[in-house]
Amino acid sequence: MWRHIQPNARNLRVWQVGLLVAVFVFWHVMTKPGLIPPFLFDNDDQAAFFFGEPLKVFERIWNWFFVAADIYGHLWITLLETLLAFGIGTVMGLAMGLWLALSPMAAAILDPYIKALNSMPRVILAPIFAVWFGLGVASKVALGITLVFFIVFFNVYQGVKEVSPVVLANARMLGATQKQLLRHVYLPSATSWVFSSLHTSVGLAFVGAVVGEYLGSSSGVGYLILQAEGSFDINTVMAGILVLTIFALVLDEVVGWVERRLMKWQPRSGETEKL
Amino acid sequence: MTAPHALSLQDVTCTFISRDDRSQRYTAVRDVTLHVAPGEFVSVVGPTGCGKSTLLNVAAGLLSPSSGSVHVFGEPLQGINTRAGYMFQAESLMPWRTALQNVMAGLEFRGVPPAEARAQAEDWLRRVGLGAFGDRYPHQLSGGMRKRTSLAQTLVLDPDIILMDEPFSALDIQTRQLMENEVLALWAEKRKAVLFITHDLDEAIAMSDRVVVMSAGPGSHPIGEFTIDLPRPRDVAEVRVTPRFVELHQAIWGVLREEVLKGYQQQLAA
Repeated sequence: MWRHIQPNARNLRVWQVGLLVAVFVFWHVMTKPGLIPPFLFDNDDQAAFFFGEPLKVFERIWNWFFVAADIYGHLWITLLETLLAFGIGTVMGLAMGLWLALSPMAAAILDPYIKALNSMPRVILAPIFAVWFGLGVASKVALGITLVFFIVFFNVYQGVKEVSPVVLANARMLGATQKQLLRHVYLPSATSWVFSSLHTSVGLAFVGAVVGEYLGSSSGVGYLILQAEGSFDINTVMAGILVLTIFALVLDEVVGWVERRLMKWQPRSGETEKL
Repeated sequence: MTAPHALSLQDVTCTFISRDDRSQRYTAVRDVTLHVAPGEFVSVVGPTGCGKSTLLNVAAGLLSPSSGSVHVFGEPLQGINTRAGYMFQAESLMPWRTALQNVMAGLEFRGVPPAEARAQAEDWLRRVGLGAFGDRYPHQLSGGMRKRTSLAQTLVLDPDIILMDEPFSALDIQTRQLMENEVLALWAEKRKAVLFITHDLDEAIAMSDRVVVMSAGPGSHPIGEFTIDLPRPRDVAEVRVTPRFVELHQAIWGVLREEVLKGYQQQLAA
């Protein structure tokens, strides 16, 4: 019996889904008023009040997407903020990383400033950005950029520094000009580093957008969560968190898909087939 | 006046300074004078760490010597040596390009139209026996195939001088002999000037017109020069058993042996 259900490559998905279901069942059993006698709280309803109830959370999500259908506008705003922060931050990080890696003097001058900016807790900038750029999309994008930029920057910088000297010398012997070296050697070599950073940075762009919304806005999923918290509507808060999580997973999957398409030159270990 | 040498190094000295401690110096090669005539195949042999690769980098223009001069077909060399092709010891293919794209790279850099570059690259891939592997990435090729691709990548540009830095040292002996014969065949067709660096005396004698022996480092310099008068075309495996080969081998080894031991002692002492 165990032989058939023990985890292996084929029933991986089943196990993953099973784990998720188990968590929700546990949540349901622990919070549903009247299902089991209360042992942590004084009365039946308190667990539900503090932790929400999965069924009501799902009902909320269903309502958002299919009955009232009022979440799409908020989702779109959050998506827009995330993508803008991600795109602009990545391009800035890429440009800055290439520039500093190729001109050591500029890198030496800016080094302490970059370290200082990077170690600064950037979430505290959110209120300042709100003052500068207003409560709309721009302030959230600005916050997201400050998070994304450094991740991409450090990875590109490292990627360019670690270009194989032999490959570089070879390209020079083959007649590559400085510009061609950038386009055909530095950039492709840095992309493998950039892609490993994009998984982190797409998540951070998302964090920037949601935190920005949470701190002051009139739309977006972060705003929905803030509203619900104001009225102690824990089910809506949980629903918002679930939607955000799924959203982040989808974004990560998209990055992974693009990575697999662009990075097919990279060796993968163990490509043999078991017969 | 005679025709200028394809490549000529005059009193070349290369001293490296340690980046951390500027008083720490290391002179890799000292007062090296070396000429390669057009169409001549010259090998440089010497113990490990004697600065052979340094010499080749100087000839390629990747490294400018501390003192001395480099001339290419009579012109003083400035910057990269554009008339030379360089085959490196280590992996030098761009891993993000397929074999075909790697062979095309040099033509692309020089502004050859893509269709023409592709046709030439495909032709060269076929000549090194990789016609069917053009769409493979370097990591999907074996070590020998990568070396062949490197060879095609260098030769497709039709350089007048070919610099080779122990190109086959990472290959097994069978693949190596095959590659050596292929290089000799290709060389015989075009008769380019070749400067070939190796630590393998057999390989040097079997392939070259002339063998230059370097002393052990630091301050390495040529200490012997031997003209290899074995008839061509040669087969690198067969030529090794001819009496003349054995004679030459003994003569050169007599000079080289002491230096190898010296180099080895230095490495042990370090």
